Amino acid sequence: MAAVEQNGNGPLAIEVRALRHRFGRQQVLNGVDLDFPRGQITTIVGPSGCGKTVLLKHLNLLLRADSGKIVIDGVDVTRLGNRGLDEVRKEFGMLFQAGALFDSMSVFDNVAFPLVENTRLGREEIAPKVREMLANVGLEGMEAKYPSELSGGMQKRAALARALIRNPKLLMLDEPTTGLDPTRTGSIHALVRHTQQRFGLTVVMVSHDVPAVFEISDHVAFMHEGRMRLSGTPAEVTAANDEVFNRFLAGRAAGEEQGASAL
Amino acid sequence: MVERLGALVIDNVTALGNFVLFLGTAVWCAVTPPYKPRLVIRQVRIIGAESIVLVGLIGAFTGMVLGLQGYNTLRRFGSEGALGTVVALVLVRELGPVLAALMVTARAGSAMAAELGSMQATEQVDALAVMAINPIQYLVSPRVIAGVISFPLLTSIFDVIGIWGGYLIGVGLMGAPGGSYLNGIAQNMSGHDIMSGLYKALVFGLVVMWVCCYKGYHAQRMATGVSRATTEAVVLSSVLILAWDYFLTSILL
Ligand SMILES: Nc1ncnc2c1ncn2[C@@H]1O[C@H](COP(=O)(O)OP(=O)(O)OP(=O)(O)O)[C@@H](O)[C@H]1O
Ligand SMILES: [Mg+2]
Repeated sequence: MAAVEQNGNGPLAIEVRALRHRFGRQQVLNGVDLDFPRGQITTIVGPSGCGKTVLLKHLNLLLRADSGKIVIDGVDVTRLGNRGLDEVRKEFGMLFQAGALFDSMSVFDNVAFPLVENTRLGREEIAPKVREMLANVGLEGMEAKYPSELSGGMQKRAALARALIRNPKLLMLDEPTTGLDPTRTGSIHALVRHTQQRFGLTVVMVSHDVPAVFEISDHVAFMHEGRMRLSGTPAEVTAANDEVFNRFLAGRAAGEEQGASAL
Repeated sequence: MVERLGALVIDNVTALGNFVLFLGTAVWCAVTPPYKPRLVIRQVRIIGAESIVLVGLIGAFTGMVLGLQGYNTLRRFGSEGALGTVVALVLVRELGPVLAALMVTARAGSAMAAELGSMQATEQVDALAVMAINPIQYLVSPRVIAGVISFPLLTSIFDVIGIWGGYLIGVGLMGAPGGSYLNGIAQNMSGHDIMSGLYKALVFGLVVMWVCCYKGYHAQRMATGVSRATTEAVVLSSVLILAWDYFLTSILL
């Protein structure tokens, strides 16, 4: 299975095989197998606390697995040293679940940061790119604000702009639309889809916006109890009529109604 | 029992190893490109420039109290003329480096531990790593370099202001002979005295930044983790300053 593509241009951008990770007694990832096709959007859904963020942190190499392997562009990244990691990471754009904006910097400097640090572009070349990106996420005129002066949803969008600014080949988004209103959710989804198509990105997304997110995803994986219970195209996953998945969907709908009535 | 003791020893040795490795990594990152002069300058401003007023104030009061105590003690032996020498030597060799280091720990070291701790808690450190930027190189190395630059400079300021504080009280208020205050310093203070004070300051700069960055960087990812890291950073820095002071004094004497 491994020898199929070594050239970095095969049909799969990321392969995850039998990935396991435990925190103390808690086996959070319990043999995750999943393929992320190149140039497509793969969305991971699942109940809160099932390990989606932990999986994403393995993909961007912040956490090391206890066993199993992750192959990115034909390279087994579970064995890389620091320098090798940085080479792989240069192609990444990552949106953290809580934004992780640098709170000592303005929104402009946050979004400009990857360009300032990792490219040789001058200030004059960077500024228009940053403004354009901020306009894309609906934050025009917010350049001088600091993250603490933004709402949660605005922070998310600024963080998305930072993740996109360097035209990464591999975009990882941890709940890009949680905490946004439906209109914003729609426009962020449209932006992700548009950027993905324009640059042929591979997108890995974790989302709770089921079923809205199905419309823009090429592949969906349903995570349950530390492994992938279902995966396939949105139509396949829906058609599988899996009991646990249906309960997850129904539970979310019920939860949303409860949440709404509680307000 | 033996098992638990063994585990305790292993834990402590591991922690000590990580602590040493942390400084090793920071120093290695400081001497390998990409260099970050902009970040070093910014930290020198935060650690050094913004501490000048505080250090000057503490230096003035320390010198003044030395002038007062020194005058009263020396007068019993009829040797008020040695006041300048006593004040200057005590300040330059001992109190200058130690008190300046303690003040900067309280002011900048604690803030540094808290800042790094909250950056860790809000995943800003992870964000750096994912952008292929080495967080130690970006966050820790500039602070360590800035500490090594700033501490000797702050100590010099402390010493000079302290000596004038002693003059103000000892000579101005109490009436010790002014000429011999200054001449005594000029005659009896050697280059070795000055250098040993500055060596101390340099070592303290390294130790304080090392401890405060380490504690902040390894804070548990929550609010109480950050506050605990800050406290531990200040306490451990202060203890290490005084312990190192003893060792350095016995070596440099
Ligand atoms: N650093 C850690 N130390 C210990 N346990 C952890 C750590 N990080 C995550 N966990 C545990 O792993 C489990 C999965 O966490 P994770 O953050 O991946 O959930 P998630 O699927 O992203 O949930 P959500 O949708 O709420 O973000 C949780 O039960 C959590 O307690
Ligand atoms: Mg999560």
